[in-house]
Amino acid sequence: MNPQPFLRTFTAPAALCAFGFLLALAAVLQFSLRAYIPGSLDPGGFTLSNFADLLKPLYARVFFDTVVICFLTAISTLIVGYPLAYALVRTQSAVIKSVLLVIVVTPLFLGEVVRTYSWIIVLGNNGFINSVLLNVGIIRQPIQFMFTTLGVVVALVHVTMPVMVIMLAAGLSHIDRDYQRAAESLGAGPIRVFLTVTLPLSMPGVVAGVTTAFAWTFSAFATPQLIGGGRVNMISNLVYQLGFSSFNFPFAASLCVAGLALTIVVLSALRLAARPLENIGPH
Amino acid sequence: MPRSNYQRLLGLIGKLAVLLILGFLVLPAAVVTIAAFNDRAILSFPPQAWSWRWFAKAIAYQDFRDGFRNGLIVTAWSSTIALVIGAMFAFALHRYQFRFRKTLEAVLLSPLVIPHFTVGLGFLILAAQIGWNRSYAVVIACHVVLVLPFVLRSVYVSLRNLDQSYERAAASLGASPLRVLATITLPLLIPGLVSGWLFAAMLSFNEFTASLFVTAQRTQTLPVAMYNYVREFADPSMAALSVMYIAATAALIVFANAYLGLGKVLNIEQSR
Repeated sequence: MNPQPFLRTFTAPAALCAFGFLLALAAVLQFSLRAYIPGSLDPGGFTLSNFADLLKPLYARVFFDTVVICFLTAISTLIVGYPLAYALVRTQSAVIKSVLLVIVVTPLFLGEVVRTYSWIIVLGNNGFINSVLLNVGIIRQPIQFMFTTLGVVVALVHVTMPVMVIMLAAGLSHIDRDYQRAAESLGAGPIRVFLTVTLPLSMPGVVAGVTTAFAWTFSAFATPQLIGGGRVNMISNLVYQLGFSSFNFPFAASLCVAGLALTIVVLSALRLAARPLENIGPH
Repeated sequence: MPRSNYQRLLGLIGKLAVLLILGFLVLPAAVVTIAAFNDRAILSFPPQAWSWRWFAKAIAYQDFRDGFRNGLIVTAWSSTIALVIGAMFAFALHRYQFRFRKTLEAVLLSPLVIPHFTVGLGFLILAAQIGWNRSYAVVIACHVVLVLPFVLRSVYVSLRNLDQSYERAAASLGASPLRVLATITLPLLIPGLVSGWLFAAMLSFNEFTASLFVTAQRTQTLPVAMYNYVREFADPSMAALSVMYIAATAALIVFANAYLGLGKVLNIEQSR
């Protein structure tokens, strides 16, 4: 009897799907190596000039800003998300757990546009925060959140939070509670137990969360576009602008390729840097 | 005992921190709800008068109606195709050894970390080259690729939790592999399949960045229509639509949690 029935039937559609996806990525790579002919949608001959153009200060600056925004967002999301993930995993009450889960997971499925729009209403000059602060009399002038890196990062933290909490909670939930009980029985206080047992053991979740948060932030478009308003630009905004305002698809493609290379380098560096941390656990 | 007071204080601080963070998560939804019921067209807090008129305007707006319809078409196709492909491949991944197994898995999971604008641009160029641009096919293909990782993971987790002794019992009683699959494995997998499909459908319906690249005026999905609206108009119709969105999504999540157990699907149940 065939020990692996349906093997071909079950893998063929997935292989076809992967093939289509690789073709799309290959199309980006191919375009990144072609010349731009102003006024035409068809690309010219093969060239490396797109990549040389990336080194111009204007574009190098956007790359730098993008990486800074991604790091700020990933680290802030980690700090804000950790207590929530901890509460989600450790709460004894099924009701509290369900409420936390629904509040954490719902934003994941709301999409970037709805969430970004909501943050515009919260952060705008006539928005919620400024209205409240002005009415109470704490400030005289509205605080400028829109079109600032701070505003973009606050909204991006909110966008990235669900996936961070899910990753952290997965890491925390797989820790054997006996380690913690052992530390407690030996007289360690709660802070010491957390710092020397729980936190080191949750490192795989932390690394997974930070890397995913980084990649998701890198992918964000609507948030920097609408809240950054052209003054805070990420690579995504530049790609869209080049593609749909100047129709310079070859250069847009080269930005995508460089962005992808940058993501891979940063994520591999994060993984490598975190390897000693992951080995702390006794597993 | 001073120790227990100290612990109580720590617990209290922890609870306060969690409440503050929850406040941060809920704040935009709460504020957008207030804005949606504000009678005035210009943003102002607190609202002077309340009304439903922005809801009526949002529902009547033609681009939103078209976007909703197009979004349903794209979502229905892409989530169903992704479910079939993903479930079959998850089964093969879990049970079989074959050539290029790791490579294929890595390629299909990579959309999780590849920026959506890159995927979108790729499908846009590809579609233009084979003459598929402005069609639903390219939007659906793009969405299938983007939601497939979530289906794969969801079905894979349920396969791992499935007790294979039922299948062995059926096989030892002489059932053919196809019969075992159809009468034992598939029914046991239903929660994983339903949650995988639900996740895929919600993600596809809300996907924005790649959709912005691959949709045309005729195939524009709801998030793209909303984005265009926000860029052109400032009235609270968008707030009203957002409230409907948030309410519908939260209801679906509550349903998913009650019937499928989100903790299990997301693999975050505390081990003892």
